[in-house]
Amino acid sequence: MSEIKVEGLTKIFGKRPKQGLKLLDEGKTKDEILEETGLTVGVNKADFEVDQGEIFVIMGLSGSGKSTLVRLLNRLIEPTGGKVWLNDEDLAAMDDKQLREVRRKKMGMVFQKFGLFPFRTILDNVVYGLEVQGISEEDRMQKAQNALELVGLKGYENQYPDQLSGGMQQRVGLARALANDPPILLMDEAFSALDPLIRKDMQDELLDLQTKMQKTIIFITHDLDEALRIGDRITIMKDGAIVQVGTPEEILTNPANDYVERFVEDVDRSKVYTVKNIMVRPETVNLEKDGPRVALQRMRDADISSIYVTNKNRELEGICHAAEVSAAVKEDAKDLRPLLHTEVPTVDEETPVHDVFDMVSTSNVPIAVVDENNRLRGIVIRSKVLAALSGKEVNLDA
Amino acid sequence: MRETFDGLLDFLPRIPLGDTIEAFVDWLTNAEAFFNGLRGGIAGVTNGFLWLLELLPAVILILLLTGLAYWVVRNQEKKWGLPSLVFFGLLLIHSLEYWDDLMLTLALVLTATAISIVIGVPVGIWMARNNYVQMIITPVLDFMQTMPAFVYLIPAVAFFSIGIVPGVVASVIFAMPPTVRLTNLGIRQVPTEMIEAAEAFGSTPNQKLVKVQLPQAQVTIMAGINQTIMLALSMVVIAAMIGTDGLGREVYYAVGRNDIAMGFEAGISIVILAIMLDRMSQAFNRNAK
Ligand SMILES: Nc1ncnc2c1ncn2[C@@H]1O[C@H](COP(=O)(O)OP(=O)(O)O)[C@@H](O)[C@H]1O
Ligand SMILES: [Mg+2]
Repeated sequence: MSEIKVEGLTKIFGKRPKQGLKLLDEGKTKDEILEETGLTVGVNKADFEVDQGEIFVIMGLSGSGKSTLVRLLNRLIEPTGGKVWLNDEDLAAMDDKQLREVRRKKMGMVFQKFGLFPFRTILDNVVYGLEVQGISEEDRMQKAQNALELVGLKGYENQYPDQLSGGMQQRVGLARALANDPPILLMDEAFSALDPLIRKDMQDELLDLQTKMQKTIIFITHDLDEALRIGDRITIMKDGAIVQVGTPEEILTNPANDYVERFVEDVDRSKVYTVKNIMVRPETVNLEKDGPRVALQRMRDADISSIYVTNKNRELEGICHAAEVSAAVKEDAKDLRPLLHTEVPTVDEETPVHDVFDMVSTSNVPIAVVDENNRLRGIVIRSKVLAALSGKEVNLDA
Repeated sequence: MRETFDGLLDFLPRIPLGDTIEAFVDWLTNAEAFFNGLRGGIAGVTNGFLWLLELLPAVILILLLTGLAYWVVRNQEKKWGLPSLVFFGLLLIHSLEYWDDLMLTLALVLTATAISIVIGVPVGIWMARNNYVQMIITPVLDFMQTMPAFVYLIPAVAFFSIGIVPGVVASVIFAMPPTVRLTNLGIRQVPTEMIEAAEAFGSTPNQKLVKVQLPQAQVTIMAGINQTIMLALSMVVIAAMIGTDGLGREVYYAVGRNDIAMGFEAGISIVILAIMLDRMSQAFNRNAK
């Protein structure tokens, strides 16, 4: 059974919004309506269903109506038209008291900038939702404590939010939403304010928690990578309207239109970036000039276990390994030539990052980047490929 | 030439603004029972404070206030400035033989401040919750603050005769606006996400107010109360004109008699009281953060 069902849900901001509703029915766009009437279409006739236990991601560019849509689900924003059904109960028909009951028992919310209360301790923040329900002190403290443990913040009960890092603050936000064990979680760009590494951690942790808890999660993001990582299904919004709903696979392989396609193109960065964007300057030795001692010294200085060997024209000759070179130095060898391995993995500068991915993951030496004259231009190391695939540290000027 | 032009305005009737107001005031004066009740109430509060202040011998009160000063700054780096100021300041006032006047003035300021808070904070909350209320009350506050303070003496005397009660009333009118304004401002400045969090977890409007908006606005509201205290104190000399006793009266007399020595002594006593009240309420506010 679907836990949440949304039908023709619409929000128009401004004076006399019903007028905008009519224009939408006539097929006018968000821009046209703004121009004609000054009304802003926040959400335009959204339809979707979310199943129990599903992570349903809503994504779209800034201003596409994601925050408005999620707030229509708990009526922080009143809809202009359409219906929200929670387990077949009509949200719009509820009076204040019933609505409060739903907010207290059925839904927790996590905010982009955390929305914590700075004048309350961590524990008192987490306990808030239970406190307003009038649950007994002992009971609610126990539940809040459990929620804090769940997000790994045991021991921070008596600190204040501003004493914690962003990642930890958002854990508090999550704990507050979980304290009451509601079946539904609404998360509005919950991880967008965190830096990338912490963000990945939080995504993993949410997925971990989800295997235990099986909540119905509405997760908003503007980041397709994040959507693909955590979404069971993804819906893409543009100008308040839903453009496509589908599994990550479906979205990637069958983009509904140009708008989605542009999003999707963007995600698979490895296809776009080439080796040129990620290669680094290699340590080398000159076969004609340098001997084993120099080679060994360079490897030690750079803390690497093999080194590329070129001739004086910087043409690639091969590679030497530290272990062998070091043995040769002990025997007082003078020439690198016998230590040279000539079979090395090479690519050219224009190779897409995507294509070197398999190479770097199986090769135990960096990949050599050579030009058409076999001159060594750079090397590709594994960490740079991974970084490029996750969208970081790419040198686009190259 | 000149007469001709002046004549142009002859058709204008004399608008009986003053007469109308006078008639209105006359009518209000008839609501005597009401104002007598109010008068009794205010006098009761003032006398209550006064009784409390005079309950203890001066020495003990000085020590207590010094202790209180130490307590409010206990978490700050410079712990000794304020307590010494309070201790020596009060000793000086005592030696100048203005102790009784000080107690009267303090009772007046405390009463005016208490009334301002009791009325001002709820009005500020109301303004914050309703834009129309804000639209109506803001100009009223502007009016209350820009009108020369002397003017309030007239209705105060009309309704409450002379003495300390009209002094308190005039002080309240003059001193209340900052508390109202900053309560309104403080509540309106609570970040949206915090309000949304309060609502999303199912708070009633009152829970939202008490558990989120007021605590978050507290520092701002206290800044308003601090201003109210200072404005109430600034009214004491003016209030002396309608027979309000205390330090203000000493200054007022000194001015009338051109008595520099007395004016300076009473004046410095007011300054000491002002600095004390200001620093203590500010330190109190810092602790609340
Ligand atoms: N309170 C409001 N009043 C008027 N317009 C609003 C309001 N909230 C949002 N909007 C408008 O609605 C549209 C959707 O906003 P929002 O839901 O915040 O987008 P998103 O979360 O996807 O960035 C935007 O054009 C925005 O300017
Ligand atoms: Mg948003």
